[in-house]
Amino acid sequence: MNAVLTIVFVLLVAALLLAFLRLVRGPSLPDRVVALDLISVIIAGMIAAYVVWMRQPVLLDAVTVLAVISFFGTVAFARYLEKRTTDED
Amino acid sequence: MKTELFTSIFLLVGAAFIFIAGLGIVRFPDLFTRMHAVSKASTLGLGCILVGVAIAFPSAIVIAKSLVVLLFIFLTAPVVAHMIGRAAYLLKVPFWKGTVADELKDRYSKDRKTLRS
Repeated sequence: MNAVLTIVFVLLVAALLLAFLRLVRGPSLPDRVVALDLISVIIAGMIAAYVVWMRQPVLLDAVTVLAVISFFGTVAFARYLEKRTTDED
Repeated sequence: MKTELFTSIFLLVGAAFIFIAGLGIVRFPDLFTRMHAVSKASTLGLGCILVGVAIAFPSAIVIAKSLVVLLFIFLTAPVVAHMIGRAAYLLKVPFWKGTVADELKDRYSKDRKTLRS
């Protein structure tokens, strides 16, 4: 079980690094928004894997809250981007 | 013993899918293909990890919480992808040069941002 969880965390950290690379490089603003969304999903996955590792089911509440917050955050970013197009026209 | 095996399998598959999403967001050529990789692979990956968590604990509350998060993610990921894609299309984010079809061209009315079919 510990070996499996090590592999899981290595994969998730690698994905986090790749998403961070896109967050830094991303040529347009929506690219960065997508990268932020992916980062929040990766962190939710890390917390879920940590639940299995530490045998602490209480931490699932953190996954719930993170999912809700990332949804509203991304929707807010998208609204803001759309508003920006009206201002330019 | 058996629950441990199934938990391991689901966790590994989920982490692999999330890693594929990370690979896709770096390697794909434009925003829309990147979104296609991220929103599908990360939803499936987090779903698999949550199923693994639900299998690992034999209590009703953990299973219920995992399923609630799973349902929420499956409901909201398409909404998020649609909103970002729409905003990016209205911002005129450049397409990949191999794109063959743009069916929305000249169909968004400029002032009201509604779709004319």
